[in-house]
Amino acid sequence: MSDLRFTEDHEWLRAEADGSVTVGITAFAQNALGDVVFVQLPELQAYDKGAEAATVESVKAASGVYMPLDGEVLEVNPALDSSPELVNEDPLGRGWFLRFKPADATAVDQLLDQDAYDRLIKANTEA
Amino acid sequence: MSTEHLLNTPLHALHLELGARMVPFAGYDMPVQYPLGVMKEHQHTREQAGLFDVSHMGQILLTGADAAKALETLVPVDIIDLPVGMQRYAMFTNEQGGILDDLMVANLGNDQLFLVVNAACKDQDLAHLRKHLSAHCDIQPLFEERALLALQGPAAVDVLQRLAPEVAKMTFMQFAPVTLLGVDCYVSRSGYTGEDGFEISVPAANAEALARHLLAEPEVQAIGLGARDSLRLEAGLCLYGHDMNEKTTPIEASLLWAISKTRRADGPRAGGFPGAEQIFAQQQNGVAQKRVGLLPQERTPVREGAEVVDKDGKVIGRVCSGGFGPTLGAPLAMAYLDIAHTAVDSDVWAIVRGKTVPMKVSKMPFVAQRYYRG
Repeated sequence: MSDLRFTEDHEWLRAEADGSVTVGITAFAQNALGDVVFVQLPELQAYDKGAEAATVESVKAASGVYMPLDGEVLEVNPALDSSPELVNEDPLGRGWFLRFKPADATAVDQLLDQDAYDRLIKANTEA
Repeated sequence: MSTEHLLNTPLHALHLELGARMVPFAGYDMPVQYPLGVMKEHQHTREQAGLFDVSHMGQILLTGADAAKALETLVPVDIIDLPVGMQRYAMFTNEQGGILDDLMVANLGNDQLFLVVNAACKDQDLAHLRKHLSAHCDIQPLFEERALLALQGPAAVDVLQRLAPEVAKMTFMQFAPVTLLGVDCYVSRSGYTGEDGFEISVPAANAEALARHLLAEPEVQAIGLGARDSLRLEAGLCLYGHDMNEKTTPIEASLLWAISKTRRADGPRAGGFPGAEQIFAQQQNGVAQKRVGLLPQERTPVREGAEVVDKDGKVIGRVCSGGFGPTLGAPLAMAYLDIAHTAVDSDVWAIVRGKTVPMKVSKMPFVAQRYYRG
């Protein structure tokens, strides 16, 4: 059973031991975007839930990556500056976007779990 | 536009079978990419050969002893002296000198001209031709009956000469009737990628068999509209409706080269096309803005619609096409800029999501064209 949580905007979240949360985009999202050529990462500051924290650019288009919960960004993935293709190659691993400290530590658990997200994808692909 | 009203090309079922992601484009349901993805499709075309379905474009046949003379009344291009077996780039202009569409014109001989126009403009172009040329020549749209395939890339000639050895002798912009798999086709050595390659006009009923045959060749991969756009952008080629429109003239669009010397103010058949006076005046006196290439100095792609400003933050223009160039390995753009900022290497800035991205005016093409000139 995966311990990841997900948003309806196709972001994944992983609660770390130190109370911070790592965020990236899902395999479904990177596949829909196509080849990623640039990622504009957030500043190290507080963002409200739903704020556009990052922008991911594929060959054809720019898409926003939204803050999944209220919180303060502690770290961004420096590897994406020179190797944005990591988002396609390893979306759940080396293609992570940011790590943040959520304002409400329990809020992460209320997001979609793997089963719920898989059902969302299934509904999306059948639509 | 809702999907149920979209038209299909004769290769629609093949696109679905190949796993294409389909998008609405100019009223057609078209493949934007195949499972390979835009980046690899782009690179494959530059390295080997890509097959593009461009059947949405409009093919029109003009027939009559006066067809060339009549067409010259609508385009600033030498059609009368276009040799048999040659193709030329042209544009329809309006009374203000604006560009109604850009097109290719080929001389088939026997008083026949073969036109290829943009998909989004083809009905309007046909009406324009009928309004102005009906008294002088026969105008036959081939929209339903013919498909158009583009085979582009350094291996295109190797692939196509397996079906018709004579195509290897053709040079850039030559045009010939060629039999492929027993079917009468028209082949031109031209395209929209900056690479050597061919465009093949084939009867709609035979298009899928020809496409399947070409795709079965080891060098050939199906390529979607996404890579078609990044390829043409690297080659510095204009996309109608973005890089020029009815409000921009050939001078503003940096397309003076496409106005034949014969038709210019000092030429033997000067003028005689819509907007000639405005275009000649601009050529003489200059223009306020023109189209240039821009290279972002950061990795941020700068896309259509982005404002361009000078060092003081004053708006001096707007990006008309932009994105990422897989062969260039960097973002690239075209923009209309105030003339004072159009010299190569001028420093300008684009506004992207509220941030300024430094840009340099660049010569085009961004990636060298590799046409076969013999």
